[in-house]
Amino acid sequence: MSPLVKKKKKRIKIPTMYWLFVLSLVCVILMILSFNTDIVMTPLNYAGGYTIVPFQKGLTNVGNYLIEQTERFKKLEDVIAENEELKKQVDELSKDNTILQQDKYELTKLRELYELDAEYEEYDKIGARIISRESDNWYANFVIDKGSNDGIQVDCNVIAGSGLVGRVTEVGPNYAKVVSIISDNVNTSGMILATGDILMVSGSLEGMNKRGTIDFSQLNDDNDVVQTGDKIVTSNISDKYLQGILIGYVDHISTDSNNLTKSGDLIPVVDFKHLEEVLVITTLKNNPQ
Amino acid sequence: MKAIASGLLLIICFVLQSTLFAQFNIGGILPNLILILTASIGFRVGRKNGLIVGFIAGLLADIFFGNVLGLYAFVYMYLGFMNGSFKRVLLQGDYKLPMLLIAVSDVVYGHIMYILKFLMRGDFHYLYYLRSIMLPELIYTTVMALALFPLINLIFNLIEKWEKLLEGEEEFE
Repeated sequence: MSPLVKKKKKRIKIPTMYWLFVLSLVCVILMILSFNTDIVMTPLNYAGGYTIVPFQKGLTNVGNYLIEQTERFKKLEDVIAENEELKKQVDELSKDNTILQQDKYELTKLRELYELDAEYEEYDKIGARIISRESDNWYANFVIDKGSNDGIQVDCNVIAGSGLVGRVTEVGPNYAKVVSIISDNVNTSGMILATGDILMVSGSLEGMNKRGTIDFSQLNDDNDVVQTGDKIVTSNISDKYLQGILIGYVDHISTDSNNLTKSGDLIPVVDFKHLEEVLVITTLKNNPQ
Repeated sequence: MKAIASGLLLIICFVLQSTLFAQFNIGGILPNLILILTASIGFRVGRKNGLIVGFIAGLLADIFFGNVLGLYAFVYMYLGFMNGSFKRVLLQGDYKLPMLLIAVSDVVYGHIMYILKFLMRGDFHYLYYLRSIMLPELIYTTVMALALFPLINLIFNLIEKWEKLLEGEEEFE
């Protein structure tokens, strides 16, 4: 018995410096590989997807439950007041809705006339729940609980409510990584809905923290038509985003020092602080099915 | 034994940080639990364990949140290694030095992230990021460390005791 035990204890000891050196090398190789290919990413995604994601799903449910419970203690009066207001709104909206439906009927008829039907067709969407958020404070990216098994691909657009959230950058079997448009290193091609002028929307950590806004720049607006409150949607020239998804409303606008372009900031329509569920559009811009 | 405990602690910290703490953040800031764990294991157990735990923790962060694989792994690994160098001067029962080390690690981590992710892109609002991201994170992380480090310490104390007990029994046989 004892020789066996002794043999087990005689492990080969690798000096710490070797560990450091080898692992540093591994890091550098991984960085180079992941810049150029996704050879390493796919197996690691699978590994991560089946080990960590189940825990995250469970704990997020616990967290959502807790938030729900605390919200339940909100004052009842608030809820009643809100209810009355909402009822009024419902009345108004249903009135609006009938008008809109009439308009829509007219619109479809007109579209048929102009054969523009295909451009504005409804996209296939699936709902997904956010199961984890970025683990440090610099960016606003997150992970959702649907992946390639549910038909999600890289570059799928992600929306919530009526506005753009971001796009999928990585897909595992049962999860997908979403980069949001407010992340500081993300640029989105947008346009002013009213005039069709193209501009560049870029995420901003500072703007989001201070005023709840993100930046836009490179707007060509020679006639000074664009003003505060104008809608900004995804542009027709973007190669990742489907055209016409609402991004936000212009907040401030100012002329750049070159006197040619304008820049400023916009308020995103999506409430990124309280995002829980999102919709993923499974239609890609490049190959509409 | 220590490896298993480290792995379990790592998964717990990572999952907690990316779910519950991210949901219940305070003013948009969340504490860096995996940094606390990496640093603690570094100066509690040793340089080698610190750097391996840091590497795996960083790799997890890379898989789920990084754009480039290996970047977080690199940073966390060196943080674990550096903290491990202080194992020799750390006295059992002393909580001042660990807190200081974790705080310094968090500041270093914040600066590395700022340099790599913002300065490299020509964003020079250093003071803003210092005030609104790094300092709040530093405070929150240190407060969490006050609770977490004694716990980690206790776990490893128990494991050491248990291992000694096992060794003693074997020798006795």
